[in-house]
Amino acid sequence: MKLAAAPDLLKTSGLGSCVGIVLFDALQSVAGMVHIMLPSSKSAKNQSDNLAKFADTGIEQVYKALIKEGAAPERIKAKIAGGAQMFQFSSTSELMRIGPRNIAAVRRKLNELNILIVAEDVGGKSGRTIEFDSSTCLLKIRTVHKGEKTI
Amino acid sequence: MKAENIDFNGELSHIQLDALKEIGNIGAGHAASSLSALLTKKIDMTVPSVQVLEFNEVMKLAGGAETEAVGIGVRIEGDVPGSMFFILPPHQANTFVVQLLGSNDNRCSSELRESALQELGNIITGSYLSSLADFTRLNLAPSVPVVVRDMVGAIVSAGLIERSQYRDDAIVIETLLEARGCHHEQVKGHFFLFPDPDFHEKLFPSLGLHHDK
Repeated sequence: MKLAAAPDLLKTSGLGSCVGIVLFDALQSVAGMVHIMLPSSKSAKNQSDNLAKFADTGIEQVYKALIKEGAAPERIKAKIAGGAQMFQFSSTSELMRIGPRNIAAVRRKLNELNILIVAEDVGGKSGRTIEFDSSTCLLKIRTVHKGEKTI
Repeated sequence: MKAENIDFNGELSHIQLDALKEIGNIGAGHAASSLSALLTKKIDMTVPSVQVLEFNEVMKLAGGAETEAVGIGVRIEGDVPGSMFFILPPHQANTFVVQLLGSNDNRCSSELRESALQELGNIITGSYLSSLADFTRLNLAPSVPVVVRDMVGAIVSAGLIERSQYRDDAIVIETLLEARGCHHEQVKGHFFLFPDPDFHEKLFPSLGLHHDK
């Protein structure tokens, strides 16, 4: 998890089935980014102190940290990207469908916190590198095959 | 089965480390000779390294999370579940295709190139895993290899998901293959074998080692 205030950038590279979530308060120009790998901390097979890797606990962490930084809960919005399905193996274990499950878990958690997703670029089969500009609140998404876009 | 298996991976004994290295050696050795027969070229292979690395260090080792690469991925089910990747830079994948097809890029369709890469995947992952299965006499059921051209982070993280439910680090068995051509062209690729967290329950006993030291 990383936090930034304008004019800083938040970046995470090479997202595959992982999802990058940016929460921001445009008025205060503060933002936080978390890079989650798994849908739920309940799926952890042992006590992990790395709560940032699960959708539920990771989003919770950024949300709380942002409020601490002076963001107003009702102004916090989200942009999300990632959740691709990189490999389609013939032996499809549940974990191989992790991308779509991550996206669903992120939506669920954001909904629970009453955070609106104002822009998203999720699913598909491509890896993504994302960069959030905390002064413009724009999220730049780079892929290998489909070039760059900003949401 | 022991509950404390989860802590096991942080502290591999010397013998266990050596056993994992040997597995890398055998697998990559067979893959190298298959590749050598295919390209009719000498293939150099490094001594495999076995490391326990944080996820972001794994990405660095594979070339950097954002770096574009060609990844050939196999999911292994059976006695010792895990994931295996052969990762090479895109221009080297092209070099390989040119060598295999004996023609330059422009003259072959992207479909043909794709299937040549698929074939590379079949041969090297297949020979790696079948030699492993012979050596350990374990049942390994690999999926059909999937070729992906994308960012290293996106490719490699697919092999770390299973593990990430347990820990934030992975056992990485890494071997480098290098083919030297007569015109300075090289094919250089990395093997990464990521065993799932409970791999050692069957693997070490099959090698005559006990996992509870």
